[in-house]
Amino acid sequence: MRHIISVLVRNHPGVLSHVVGLFTRRSYNIESLAAGVTENPEITRITIVVTGDDRVLDQVMKQVNKLVDVLSVSDLKYDQAITRELAIITVKTTLQTRGAVIEIANVFGAKVVDMSEDTITLELSGTERVLQNLVRLLKPFGISEMARTGMIALAMKSSEEQ
Amino acid sequence: MKKTGAKIFVETLLEHGVNTIFGYPGGVLLPIYDELYHAPIRHILTRHEQGAIHAADGYARASGKVGVCMATSGPGATNLVTGLATAFMDSVPVVAFTGQVSTHLLGNDSFQEADIYGISIPITKYNYLVKDTARLKEVMYEAFYLATSGRPGPVLIDLPKDVQSNQIDEPKAPELTLPPKGPLYTPEERKRQLELILSLISKAERPVIYAGGGVIKSEGADKALRHLAEKAKIPVTTTLMGKGAFPETHPLSLGMLGMHGTRYANYAVAKCDLLIAVGARFDDRVTGEPSTFAREAKIVHLDIDPAEVGKIIQPDAYLIGQARDLLQELAEGIEPQGLASHEEWLLQIDRWKRDFPLSYPKKEGVISPQYVVEQIYEKTQGEAIITTEVGQNQMWAAQYYKCSRPRSFISSGGLGTMGYGFPAAIGAKIACPDRIVFDIAGDGSFQMNIQELATAVYNKVNVKVAILNNGFLGMVRQWQELFYGRRYSQTRLSGNPDFVKIAEGYGALGLRVETPEEVPLAIERAIAEDRPVVIDFHVDPEENVYPMVPPGGAINDMLDRKEE
Repeated sequence: MRHIISVLVRNHPGVLSHVVGLFTRRSYNIESLAAGVTENPEITRITIVVTGDDRVLDQVMKQVNKLVDVLSVSDLKYDQAITRELAIITVKTTLQTRGAVIEIANVFGAKVVDMSEDTITLELSGTERVLQNLVRLLKPFGISEMARTGMIALAMKSSEEQ
Repeated sequence: MKKTGAKIFVETLLEHGVNTIFGYPGGVLLPIYDELYHAPIRHILTRHEQGAIHAADGYARASGKVGVCMATSGPGATNLVTGLATAFMDSVPVVAFTGQVSTHLLGNDSFQEADIYGISIPITKYNYLVKDTARLKEVMYEAFYLATSGRPGPVLIDLPKDVQSNQIDEPKAPELTLPPKGPLYTPEERKRQLELILSLISKAERPVIYAGGGVIKSEGADKALRHLAEKAKIPVTTTLMGKGAFPETHPLSLGMLGMHGTRYANYAVAKCDLLIAVGARFDDRVTGEPSTFAREAKIVHLDIDPAEVGKIIQPDAYLIGQARDLLQELAEGIEPQGLASHEEWLLQIDRWKRDFPLSYPKKEGVISPQYVVEQIYEKTQGEAIITTEVGQNQMWAAQYYKCSRPRSFISSGGLGTMGYGFPAAIGAKIACPDRIVFDIAGDGSFQMNIQELATAVYNKVNVKVAILNNGFLGMVRQWQELFYGRRYSQTRLSGNPDFVKIAEGYGALGLRVETPEEVPLAIERAIAEDRPVVIDFHVDPEENVYPMVPPGGAINDMLDRKEE
């Protein structure tokens, strides 16, 4: 089972080492990790995607919560969270294939951010699934480089109201 | 008025009531050591940084106060690593200071630079690299608070040389701004758990309390435990770390459980219908194979650390808090007339105690190591502080030295650090100068920090070392005997020194004991002597620790010595 854990931490040097080190030490698997500052510049939000059963999740949350710099830990349910990831993908193109790549980009709403004689670079933010689909469709053309941010997420306020 | 970081450092130590630190100087600590030159703080110069941190750890365990130690950058700092991990595993409040190269040299692979901040992350409760003298006081306040609050643990503060020597305006008394942790459960949920526990206790016919180190650390928890056990007539077994949490001479005491626990403790846990774990973490040396542990029982877990609940065994009910408070709450909550009868259960336990007492063979002319521990117990009337090394010596000490009060049995339980006991004994004796302090040692372990004899002798720290000298790394040899076809690979300690001469060389008294008759006399002599004493007991070389739960087995399935 995959879980999205959202952790708020005090923003200072070393805090990421503490969080990541905990995962290594206790042999929890991290699929992705994204960190960035919140509305409060002193607080950073770390979004971690982990795999494990409920018992592992329970332990991860409790152990993370024990870290001195951690302000809060929450388990975001996939269906009650807004999840996004950003990808920048450089695809190999020829005169013949360029049009097809742009067409795919348009369908996904991906932006063309760079173009050379034999490449196109696309940018897309979306859910993990959308990004995976785009990558799958671009693969046959040849992906020369790709960078992804890892997932960030927030709880969906509208689903809390229901 | 401007003050240097070093001056602020010393003042802040004094504000925290620190009057003793254990340390070893070095280049980048010169500003602090210069300040300590005329400070009203006793600095114990050990002969190795590991000795300093183990001594600080022993000081903390014996006194309940924070143990403070200091080491220089690079190798000095890395020599603290084992001590930090030892204190972390056993939740001991230690604050360790390390010198560091000046901030402008950080990250340059400078002389004696090591990233002790990075190295110590997984083995400290928290750690700091102070880059600004203005932050120093606040960091030290936080460190002392963190080391002692909640589940205690070691905190490391790395201090670059320029942070010590820079001058700043007098800092204000800091206000702690540590992030608050949200409530662990709602008041309603807490009430539900408490009621559930009280109802489990009232229905239980075969209850057992399993008490760990948390009961020792929570001041007054031992009294609350005794009150609960006596009021509800529940027998108590303790872990190695819990020794002294409940008087082992008490009729309700089962002694220690686990891999080398008493048969009656392990049988009681295997057959109980309610196990109340308090301040204990279901360590593998206690549980054996967890799925077989207390399998007939409902489990109640009381702990200060929520992460311990459900880590190894999912309890049926739990409460989070100080052991003292939780035990008091349960003791007040139960009504003795409302309890199911435990008569049959207590009789059964008495039968087990009668049928399966701890025992060892008495061979003509050969010193049994267990006999040495028994004699130390007799001659100190059970009132000494015992420290141990790790291995057979540790288990025999745990089995045969019955403890009646907390902070009397000091041993590296979690990490199992050989070389811990002797420097820890020095720290314990400095913390409790009126108690007799014995390090029950092995010939292997003692040699891991034997250099601290100089520290003990020079500082007139009157500790006694009882070496159970069998010429082997005994516990590993025991496993080789039982599980590896007696192939004693690298466990024979050939080339051991003459420990009597070593002791004398350092200015301590050395005694060699080779016959059982000499044992009590040597112990009496050592106690009477007003200086450090090393007694080299030449014990049965191939004696084993029994009973023994084979690794990964069920704890009621124990090996014992074959009829000889």
